[in-house]
Amino acid sequence: MSDSKINMVAPPEGVVGEGFFATKLNDVVGMARANSLWPLPFATSCCGIEFMATMASHYDLARFGSERVSFSPRQADMLMVMGTISKKMAPILRQVYEQMAEPRWVIAVGACASSGGVFDTYSVLQGIDKVIPVDVYVPGCPPRPEQIVDGVMQLQELVRNESVRRRNSPEYKELLASYNL
Amino acid sequence: MQSNQLDYFPILMQMLLAVGFVVGTIIISGYLGPKRSSVNKDKNFECGIESVGNARIPFSVKYFLVAILFVLFDVEVIFLYPWAVNFKELGVEGMIKMVIFMSLLLIGFFYIIKKKALDWE
Repeated sequence: MSDSKINMVAPPEGVVGEGFFATKLNDVVGMARANSLWPLPFATSCCGIEFMATMASHYDLARFGSERVSFSPRQADMLMVMGTISKKMAPILRQVYEQMAEPRWVIAVGACASSGGVFDTYSVLQGIDKVIPVDVYVPGCPPRPEQIVDGVMQLQELVRNESVRRRNSPEYKELLASYNL
Repeated sequence: MQSNQLDYFPILMQMLLAVGFVVGTIIISGYLGPKRSSVNKDKNFECGIESVGNARIPFSVKYFLVAILFVLFDVEVIFLYPWAVNFKELGVEGMIKMVIFMSLLLIGFFYIIKKKALDWE
């Protein structure tokens, strides 16, 4: 197994001794969360096709801990919105987001989900951040699978450094209240 | 070799530890993890769409009958295959047993046809 190129997750900073390892709970929880993000795909158009390639063997998002694509919001950690969200679709997206268990994160993949893209019309939502809070935006029309993987890795960085108390903080509650959630 | 009941104590401890860890982590994560509940959160997940009506509605018993009939003949075929493979070794005795088994099933099948369970109109 010496010639294998497996990249293991490095342990967080801490005190190493004979038979013990001491570190901050925050770091351990962050590490565990960041490396087991289960995606909930909300694919409505071409970005969804790129996501299929991202999950498939060549790009293989499973390498980053997203092995299982969850089609129920109850077991998902990151909502990946891929594609044009029309204004009629917005309440459905909101409902799916609201039914996810805390902690939850959102990636807007592609120009349409991020800003409405070229569809600057009466019927299209001008970015999903009008209805739900977004953590990471992936640009592109559609973005290549490498970009989606990069977006997930950016989110992993956010998750790794998130305080375990953030979801109970008044700032977070205020953020959700601003979305009427 | 003298075996003492006390020698099994480590196994008990290990079982306690295993069950305790599983139950403990489930309970602790329930207390420590962030939670947010609302009316919408507690609704059934219907892909984000408002659910219409009740899921528990009466439906035709014919579906159940067809399913049971399928299982019946499915199991029959499962028994037929090993019998067919060992046909020569089982001989006349196996043949008689299989005929009894098949006729029992066929009696049930004729009963269900007489009851008009398979009449769809």
